[in-house]
Amino acid sequence: MPVRRCVLRCRIGRIVTGLFLLLPGLQAGEGPFFITYTHQMEEPGNLEVATKSVTGSPQGGNSFLGAATEFEYGVKGWWTTELYVDGQATSGDSALFTGYRWENRFRVLPREHWINPVLYVEFENINGADKSLLEVVGHDGLEDLLGSNSEARQEKEREIEAKLIFSSYVKGWTIAENFIAEKNIRHEPFEFGYAVGVSRPLALAARPERCSFCRENFQLGVEVYGGLGTHADFGLTDTSHYLAPTLGWTLANGTAFRVSPGFGLTDTSARFLLRFGVSYEIAQFGRATRQLFGSRGGRP
Amino acid sequence: MRKLLLAASVLALVSSSARAESPIHHAPTQAAALANPLEGSEQAQRAGAKLFARECSACHGPGGAGSGKAPALNRAEVSNAPPGTLFWVLRNGSLFRGMPSFAHLPEPQRWQIVTYLRSLRPGATTIEPRP
Repeated sequence: MPVRRCVLRCRIGRIVTGLFLLLPGLQAGEGPFFITYTHQMEEPGNLEVATKSVTGSPQGGNSFLGAATEFEYGVKGWWTTELYVDGQATSGDSALFTGYRWENRFRVLPREHWINPVLYVEFENINGADKSLLEVVGHDGLEDLLGSNSEARQEKEREIEAKLIFSSYVKGWTIAENFIAEKNIRHEPFEFGYAVGVSRPLALAARPERCSFCRENFQLGVEVYGGLGTHADFGLTDTSHYLAPTLGWTLANGTAFRVSPGFGLTDTSARFLLRFGVSYEIAQFGRATRQLFGSRGGRP
Repeated sequence: MRKLLLAASVLALVSSSARAESPIHHAPTQAAALANPLEGSEQAQRAGAKLFARECSACHGPGGAGSGKAPALNRAEVSNAPPGTLFWVLRNGSLFRGMPSFAHLPEPQRWQIVTYLRSLRPGATTIEPRP
C-alpha cells in the first residue's frame, strides 16, 4: 500500500512539476496592488497562481500571518473567475484553515475608455478567524485581530460582496477606484468600504534584451483603503483606514513579487501591516494541460 | 417560406463572417492616422519581439506563426496595416472574440509590439529578442 501511495504521489508530483516547467510563463499584469482591482482581466485560458500574505503585530494581540492562495482563470475576455483558499497562523495560538472565496469579475464595456467599469461579485465562506484582510469594510479594525482563534472560528461569515471597479491607464499611470458593499447572508447590515490605488512602472519602454533587473520590470504605487461603516451609520466614524506604498517586481520568466507596508491611519486600525506575495501566470493552461495528459496517454 | 429560409441563411452567413472578421477591420479610420513614433527603430523591433514572446506568442504562436487558439500574424493583412490600426487593436482587443486588451502595457511598449508586428512576413526570418 505505501508503495502504491508513493507511485501515485510521485506521478502527481511529476505532472505538477511538468506543468510549471513546460508551460510558458507570462507576466502577471495586475500591477503592484494587493487590495485595489483594476479593469485588467485575466487572458482567456490563462491561469494565475498567486499568494497574498499579510503579517502584523496588533497592539494588545499576538503576531499573525494571514495567507490567501489565489487561482485566477480567464474564462472569456470579459469574464475572470478566481478561487481563494485562506488560512492563518497566530503566534502563541494556532494555525488554521479559515475558508474560501469565489469571485467573478465582468467587464462592462467591450472597448477601452478613459474610465473603465468592471462589476465584481464574490461569495465568501470564511470564519471569524480569517486574517487575510483582502478588503476592509464596515467597522473592520484592530479588534478583529485580537481574539483567540478557537473563539473567532465559531463565527461563520457567509457573505456576498459586490464591488464596482473603475480604472484608467493614463500615460503609463494606472489609476483605480473600488467601491465595496458586503452583506452577511444570514444577518447584519450592509457594510461598505473603498480602495484607491495609483501605480506606474519605473520605465515605460521595454529594453531589447531579456532581463530581470530592467526598470520596466519594477512598478511603484500606493494604495489607500478602508471601511465606510454600514447602511445604518455610513461614514468614517469608528472605521479603519490604511495607507500602503507598494512595490512590484517581475522576473524575466514572468514570476512576480510584490511587497507593501501598510500604515494604519486611525485609532481603530492596526498600526502596521506588511503584505507580500508572489504570482506566476501559466499561459493557455487548459490547452497545455490537455496536451500534457494527451501526450502521456499516447505513450506505449 | 423559401424566401424566409434564404433570408435566414444570408443572415447566418453574414453573422458568421462578421464573427470571423479580424479586429483590424473594426478599428476606426481615424486610428490609422496615428503615426508610430518608433517606426523603423531596430531597438524597438527587438524590444517588441521580446514583448511579443511574453504577451502574445502563447496564443498567436512563436513569431506570430499562429496556433489553434488564435490566427497567424505573419501575414500581409497585419504587416501592411497602418501602425495606428494595430495600436488600436492592442489597446482595445476584441473581448467578445477572445482577444484581450493590452491597454495595461504602457504606450511605448505597445508601439514596440506594433513595430515588431509590421516586420513579420510569412516564412521570413524575424528578429528575436536578445538573450
